[in-house]
Amino acid sequence: MMKENFQNFYKYRYLLFDLVIKDLKIKYRRSVLGFAWSILNPLLMMVVITAVFQNVFKSNIENFPVYYLTGYLFFSFLTEATNMSMRSVMGAASLIKKVYIPKYLFPLEKCIFCFVNMLLSFVAVIIVMLVLRVPITPTFFAFPIPMLYLFVFTVGLSLFLAAANVFFRDIEHLYGVFTTAWMYLTPIFYPMEMLPDFMTNVLRFNPLYHYVLYFRAIVLGNHMPDLHSNLVCMGFSLIMLIIGIAFFKKKQDKFILYI
Amino acid sequence: MENIAVSVKNVTMKFNMSKEKVDNIKEYIVKLLKRQLMYTEFTALDDISFDVKKGEVFGIVGLNGSGKSTTLKIVSGILKPTKGSVQVFGTISPLIELGAGFDHDLTARENIFLNGYVLGYSKDYIKEKFDSIVEFSELEEFLDVPIKNFSSGMIARLGFAIATVVRPDILIVDEILSVGDYKFQEKCEKRIADMMAGGTTVIIVSHSIEQIQRLCDRVLWLEKGKMKELGEAEYVCGKYKNQ
Repeated sequence: MMKENFQNFYKYRYLLFDLVIKDLKIKYRRSVLGFAWSILNPLLMMVVITAVFQNVFKSNIENFPVYYLTGYLFFSFLTEATNMSMRSVMGAASLIKKVYIPKYLFPLEKCIFCFVNMLLSFVAVIIVMLVLRVPITPTFFAFPIPMLYLFVFTVGLSLFLAAANVFFRDIEHLYGVFTTAWMYLTPIFYPMEMLPDFMTNVLRFNPLYHYVLYFRAIVLGNHMPDLHSNLVCMGFSLIMLIIGIAFFKKKQDKFILYI
Repeated sequence: MENIAVSVKNVTMKFNMSKEKVDNIKEYIVKLLKRQLMYTEFTALDDISFDVKKGEVFGIVGLNGSGKSTTLKIVSGILKPTKGSVQVFGTISPLIELGAGFDHDLTARENIFLNGYVLGYSKDYIKEKFDSIVEFSELEEFLDVPIKNFSSGMIARLGFAIATVVRPDILIVDEILSVGDYKFQEKCEKRIADMMAGGTTVIIVSHSIEQIQRLCDRVLWLEKGKMKELGEAEYVCGKYKNQ
């Protein structure tokens, strides 16, 4: 059974990559600034947020622009990928009704597409670090590790949401509210010290909090997180992936009746 | 067992036919509270069983709504039956909707690759067969034109050329021989005849009873989702015509 699934996935890998490339082409062919947008967008956001937080709230985080960008990068990947995935099955309705295709390809494709975008936006982080003379240390090059944790988690959540959204379309709206709450429950633009103790404990249940902390530790803090942090991150990712796959697998045969 | 290509056993397919589609949480809860959450079930297929032998040309006839297309969709894996099982031995190439998976903003060249991937071909394979696809579809001059500017006949030609470039073990044909002009139809029929001669198993659905009688070895007659007759083409078609 497992072997069959992998063979099937292998057979359709060309379709998966072609869909990603098609999405990238569409995104970048149509805008004049092209690839520059992926870099420019986080930079402009950073300017706004930095201006607000350093002047209005008198925040005194060291290297605030980089602090903010690292959090923003992860959060926007997560929300973009899950939102696109959520609509992907519905978007592929005409295909799903006519030919047999493994249906998980559609949310997975959106996650890969957003991951590529995140890597492009990561260039913005590097630019800011160079401009602000933040030292790039050896631990910096471990950045693929937290990105991988986040990617696995996002794929799991995307599969879950994509399947659920087929049956209940208003999940999209609820999820919009949910992500706003999620943004404030993640230390993206505020320092951890600002939070009261009980909030710090609440945040421990937020997977994104652990991924962002990990990412900042290697980019800004110049230290590799210990085994415990790695296990926590891995645990969240794998549990979410298993829930997502199980739910999607259970529901996928009924999609065609609802789309 | 080894001379069987498709085995359909006791397949039943039911659809939920609710008068209003409940597709959001709000309505679901409202209906649940009002106790209106009832579904009327519609049985599209009722206990269908048949085997298709290797190399055989198998036809399915019946009026509109008798379950022909549903049967084909179940055999090609697009639908999962509510009850029963389907076993398919070998590769399958469904010609159910030509050009499913075309992206109308992309050019014909890009679509040949995209559609090939949708059908599960590899990149090298499509590259190798690219010229023969283009030649068969007679669209050499329009390769770099986005297919939104194509006529429906051109799209059908391209779709047919891509889907039949492989020599599958099992070919599923749903009413598609009615596309394009008579010359292209002849070309399609010839290609299917070539495949049959090469030992490909074919399952055909058509409203043209003459076509079925001419091409098929055995025929299944469906009526309102039930099996009415299953047997030699001559016999079943004769009965179908005289009903």
